[in-house]
Order: sequence, then C-alpha cells, then structure tokens
Amino acid sequence: MKILVCISNVPDTTTKISFSSDNSAFNAAGVQFVINPYDEWYALVRALELKETLGGNVTIVHVGGPESEATIRKGLAIGADDAVRIDAEPNDAFAVAEQISAYVKDKGFDLILAGKETINYNGSMVGAMLAELLNMPFISMATKLDISGTTATIEHDIDGGTEVVECSLPLVLSANKGMAEARIPNMRGIMAARTKPLTVVPAVAADKLTSISSYELAKGRTECKFIDAAHPEQLIDLLHNEAKAI
Amino acid sequence: MSVLVYTEIAKGKIKKASLEAVNYGSRIAAQMNTTVTAVIIGDADLTDLGKAGAKKVLKLKNDKLSDLNGQYLTAAIEQAASAENASVIIFSSDFTGKEIAPRLAAKLKAGIVAGAVGDPVISGDSFTVKKNVFSGKATAMYSIHSAKKIISLLPNSFPVTLGEGTAEVSDFAVNLDSINSPVKVKEVKKVTSELNLPDAELVVSAGRGMKGPENWAMVEELAKELGAATACSRPVADMHWRPHHEHVGQTGVAIRPNLYIAIGISGAIQHLAGVNGSKTIVVINSDKEAPFFKSADYGIVGDAFEIVPKLVEAVKNFKANHN
Repeated sequence: MKILVCISNVPDTTTKISFSSDNSAFNAAGVQFVINPYDEWYALVRALELKETLGGNVTIVHVGGPESEATIRKGLAIGADDAVRIDAEPNDAFAVAEQISAYVKDKGFDLILAGKETINYNGSMVGAMLAELLNMPFISMATKLDISGTTATIEHDIDGGTEVVECSLPLVLSANKGMAEARIPNMRGIMAARTKPLTVVPAVAADKLTSISSYELAKGRTECKFIDAAHPEQLIDLLHNEAKAI
Repeated sequence: MSVLVYTEIAKGKIKKASLEAVNYGSRIAAQMNTTVTAVIIGDADLTDLGKAGAKKVLKLKNDKLSDLNGQYLTAAIEQAASAENASVIIFSSDFTGKEIAPRLAAKLKAGIVAGAVGDPVISGDSFTVKKNVFSGKATAMYSIHSAKKIISLLPNSFPVTLGEGTAEVSDFAVNLDSINSPVKVKEVKKVTSELNLPDAELVVSAGRGMKGPENWAMVEELAKELGAATACSRPVADMHWRPHHEHVGQTGVAIRPNLYIAIGISGAIQHLAGVNGSKTIVVINSDKEAPFFKSADYGIVGDAFEIVPKLVEAVKNFKANHN
C-alpha cells in the first residue's frame, strides 16, 4: 500500500493574526507554524494506522518553500517514511493541485489523503482539484476509512447526514474529524525524522487563477451587554427589540 | 453568456442555500447584462427558483445522477454550463458544493473563491470576492483572473429575496456514458432532527457547564420554544453526552446563525472559530471571566440551571404576547 498525505504549513490555531501595514500580506514574523491539524491528526495519523496494519509506505507531500521544512520534519517524526517538498509558493489552490498532480501522476499511489481544509485559507479545494487532475474519485469529509484488499470503505459527511461508500483504489480523500486520534511524536520518532529522506522537487509551470489583493481583520464585537441573572426575561426583550434576532 | 447556479432539493423543497445562490447569481447577471440558469436534480415545486431570479431551470436527467456522485455531477454541470455558455458558476459551499465546485474548477480551469461572504466587485473581466480566512479571524479579497469563474457561497451569509419572476423549466439530458465511477453508495444515514444545524437561523448550544447529559432537557426545551437547533461544544461530543453532528467549532460544524446562545461554554478559540460568524451571540456562564464574554453581544453571569428555565418561561410569554 502506497499512501500519499498532502500537508500544509499553517499558523498555529491560537496565533494572533496580523497583516502588513498596507494589508496586502499576512505577517508571519514570530508566528508558530504547524502541520494543518486536519492534515495531521486525521489524514496522516490514519495513513500511519493503515500502514501499521496493512504494510506499505507513507509519503508526505508539501508545496512550499524551505521555511516549511520544520513542519515537514514533524510529519516524519510522527511516523511518515519519507517526504517530498515541491518548491513552489502555495498561493493558489489550483496551482498547488497542479504541482502535486505533476509529481504524483506516475508514482502509483493507492491512496491520496488531505485534510478537509486548511485552517488559514479555509478553502477545502486542493483534494477535489487533485482528484480531477488525476481522473480519480474523490470522497470528501471522510470520518472513517478502512481498506480491505483493493477496496476502501469510507464513511463521510454529506448534507443532512452521513453516507457510507465503497470505492476501489486508487482514490483521493479529504479527512474530517473522527478518522483517527492525534499522535504526539516521541523522542525516537524525532531522532529518526532527522535522517528520513526529504526530497526537494522543482516546481512545474502552473496556472495561478486567483490571488489575494488585501486582507482585513474581522471586526470585533462591541462591548458585551450584561443582563441581570435574576431577570433573564430582559434578554428576550433585547433580542427582539434591539438585536432583532427573534 | 450566462450565470449558471447549481441548486438542490431537500425534504421536497428548494434548499434555502440554493435560493441564496440564485439571488447572488442574479445580482451578478444584472451587472453582466445576462441571465441566470439554475440547474437541479429531482422533482419539487420549482417556482421559487424563478422568484429568486432564475430565467431558466434545467432539470439534469441521467440515471447515474441519483447518488450525487462527484464525478458524474461535475460532468453534468460542465455539460449544462457549456450548453448555456456560462462564464460564471455559483454553488453553495455546503458539503456537496465543497466536493463538486473545486472539481469543476479544475476541469474548466476556472478560478474559484470558496466560501464567499460578499458580492463580487466586477471590473472588466476581473472579479474580486470577499471570503473569510484564518477561520473567521480575518477576511481576504480574492481576485479571479480566469475567463471562467466559480464562486461558492458561505451558507447563511446572504439574505433571500423572492420577487415575481418566473423561470422556464426544461429537461436537460446529460451524457455520462464515458464515465464509470468506482464509488458505490452502501448506506445513507440522515440526521433525524427536524432542523439541520448548518441551515438553522437560531441555535442553542451547551457545553461542559451542563455537568452531564441528563441535564440537557432544559437546553432542548429552550431550543424548542425558540424554534432553534441544538448544538454543543467539542468536549461534550467527545464525552458522548451529545451526538457528534451537534459539535460546532473548528473541528466540528461551522455555523452562522442569526442567533447563537451558548450555555456553559467557556469559549475556547477553537469553538469561536466555528461560531464567530453568528450575527448575535448570547453567552450564559457562571464564570464571569469566561473568555466567551469577550466575543458576545449579550451575557448573563450566573447558574445555567436557574437561568435557562426562566428563559424558557420568558420565551413562552414572549410568544404568547406576539401572536
């Protein structure tokens, strides 16, 4: 079983976000970067669990510059066998999908996993695009994944419920919460990660179809208005007359 | 040239998110001096599509489309877009939209903005569209450079306006002979609750402060009186006090209701990421230092077990006086 896990390098969830003075770029100075949680906790860990029971190899692929290598090494420390960094700036979902598809197309992966979305750009796009470029089926928002022979059984979220599907390999899947429990790298894994192969692949020509022209911090709420706990009925009046919420 | 909008039927009606998308598409069409064509699978009363602004409705016809299989559906929408000479395609960014819209974007080499929260600023052939980034902590303006453009809308971010328009409805036969998807649907489990959480206008949510699943009756009663959906925080779902589909937050469902009432939830940043798009937030917590109060519009500091039953009575009185 050859498994590929796509990982993104994202600011840690608790990061206080800021932008350049002209609001044209994210200010990365002093920001702690991590593996995108959906890529790590669910996609990568489930891939490792499958490898442990079925045998095989787990490769990490990442599109980004050399600044991402600490994040990639963390994926190796958790247990991936090897990693590939495609040396391109990940600034458009389609261009990222094109980079990954160009690398993947003749490698014979049985299973390609990604997180359901990144926590910085919240696009939820690369997995589906990659599936289209590779002409593979795509199962989104998977919460359970089991493999038997060359068939995957997947439970995934759909509008208004969940669905169980069967699909022959290869396929692309996006992982949602529930696929696996988080793993913390141990010292042996961290030591081993230093010597695991991390190959840098040059970028191919790709089509950048979108770009971000400016950012704006979300407006905070105005001061919280407190209501006396002895008179919660005042809340209902405020919700009706002031907030017009009911 | 036209604007194509993918729409869906749920529980025998056009989905609200689909009407949001048709409205959005018709505002774009007006600026581009063209019209909206809606595509849909299945049968229902389709008059609201015309009222929302569609001039044409194409009912996509092929037996393979019964499962909303991504490969088939992408090909079907592509064929409809081609027949309608659509340069802009609109989806709702719900689960189906997240599966199909980027796949279609890759097929058409169309630039896509997924989860838009504003109308596009149209300048010549360039669209600039606002979307939430950093899990709601910021917004970004995305420019789409390609000739074909796809926008999917964050649900509950746009009002629905129904006018007097009518749409011409016709069947559109889709040819899927060349595609054989290996995906087979084995089982579909629909959530049985009456209100679908991501679509709900009002949400009552509770967390560890409720102390145990046996205390949820008052939360459910408040939700019922308000006509709200129920939700919960992550620890509560992880401890199996409540089903996982109720978990809102960064790793659960992201919601943007008109009103979000959080009871006994401290307001961890991961929880806020899933609810900070709510228009009005009410926080009820016994700890006046709970961080959630900083993100709330209204707060009550006190014991939920005393406050919630009083709120239920207050809502009943309110309803009695406003009918």
